[in-house]
Amino acid sequence: MPEDGQTLKYSTSGGFLSRARSVAPPTWSRWLVPPAALSVHLSIGQAYAWSVFKPALEDALHLSGTQSALPFQLGIVMLGLSAAFGGPLVERNGPRWAMFVSTVCFSVGFLIAALGVATGQYWLVVFGYGIVGGIGLGIGYISPVSTLMKWFPDRPGMATGIAIMGFGGGALIASPWSAQMLSSFGSTTSGIATAFVVHGVVYAIFMSLGVFLIRVPKEGWRPAGWTPPETTGRALITTANVSARNAIRTPQFWCLWIVLCFNVTAGIGILEKAAPMITNFFANTSTPVSVSAAAGFVALLSLANMAGRLAWSSASDAIGRKNMYRVYLGVGALLYLVITLAGDSASFVFILCAMGILSFYGGGFATAPAYLKDLFGTYQVGAIHGRLLTAWSTAGVLGPLIVNAIADSQEAAGKTGPALYTTSLYIMIALLAVGFVANELIRPVNPKYHEPPATEAPEKNIAAVPQGGS
Amino acid sequence: MMAEQNTAAPRRTALMVVTWAWVGVPFAYGVYELLLKLGPLFGG
Repeated sequence: MPEDGQTLKYSTSGGFLSRARSVAPPTWSRWLVPPAALSVHLSIGQAYAWSVFKPALEDALHLSGTQSALPFQLGIVMLGLSAAFGGPLVERNGPRWAMFVSTVCFSVGFLIAALGVATGQYWLVVFGYGIVGGIGLGIGYISPVSTLMKWFPDRPGMATGIAIMGFGGGALIASPWSAQMLSSFGSTTSGIATAFVVHGVVYAIFMSLGVFLIRVPKEGWRPAGWTPPETTGRALITTANVSARNAIRTPQFWCLWIVLCFNVTAGIGILEKAAPMITNFFANTSTPVSVSAAAGFVALLSLANMAGRLAWSSASDAIGRKNMYRVYLGVGALLYLVITLAGDSASFVFILCAMGILSFYGGGFATAPAYLKDLFGTYQVGAIHGRLLTAWSTAGVLGPLIVNAIADSQEAAGKTGPALYTTSLYIMIALLAVGFVANELIRPVNPKYHEPPATEAPEKNIAAVPQGGS
Repeated sequence: MMAEQNTAAPRRTALMVVTWAWVGVPFAYGVYELLLKLGPLFGG
């Protein structure tokens, strides 16, 4: 695969999926771009609702819990890998191509999984949903990012916040929908296979809106009445461009990688164990939390996670990306401290603090693309974002590992209540503090990494113009 | 060109309504289902 910034050629040739064919006409409204992005993100966000299928698969195919989790785990790994390695392809071929690839992979993944269930070949489920579908997750996740920021140069945080909020919202839709389908078709092999086929077909139709609707702005397009400031008000916001190849050579990229990784680790630690955590926390009080109330707590955290993606990311347009991450990491650490100190004295304190932490978790995801744009420009921001998402894959392993391993060892030591989690909470505070320091270390990118001024955005850079990384 | 823009505007409005409804309706369904689950947490 040609390394971006070196020998990329941006094809003008004809196909409907090409970048050249998706340039918007002058009358196109930029408010048509978020629905295109949402149609993809609301679909691939289904991944977080995989747990709905787990009990049915375990019964029908005689699987263990670990086995039934494999398609999801592999899917998230593939998300990180395909976003990281597919980013340059997405930049080169444009968002329509990327959304098409995502639609095909995600839908075909379900169909392969259906075949696997129907024939009793579980490896096909793992391959279909985990590998093929996982590629659809990664390519789909980054597909609209740079396009949205080009359409909304005045509000990049809000624009990417809308799309990435959709990823959080996807599970909200899929969870009750998939459960209803299993209840209608039955939890037998044929019932699950039918449900998978319906998922594949419906998601293919739903995501097609994005493929047909997505448009890239014409070169030089600007929102009416908006002119880019000659010098940005904030030191971190660059008017230059950095290639994906050069971006990963900068300390700024790796500082942001640490920031995202630890912010996600802190959030996912609670998210992954939310129901047992609140139940255990208040088990020794006069008002223990019931199973249905714990499910309500999980739902509330999903809402906070989703709302944080739009609200905090939009706020970052006003107060700046670095300040916003100071809030995520600094206030997040304080909220963890309040949970630790309050113990099981008041459930509403626990709930409010957990909501705050989860809103910062979502906000951290949604603000990252705009932070990258500030630091590296829009030139290859989608590809850079893809590489940054490896921090998510790392955190996805780290967060649950810390919380589960410590809770298990404390339980084995005979402890109950908040004591099961106290050590984990202190570790999360420490990780957030490290992330806070990493954020403080982020400075403007050294001009030696900037592309030459002649380098334009990929859609204009149609002829093969080798751009050696500096 | 002007006439072209005049006819494009209402077409774009219709497209805007349809596309936002396309993603908005399923999203509203998801949020509604989520709100139903909050009852036991606050209602005891």
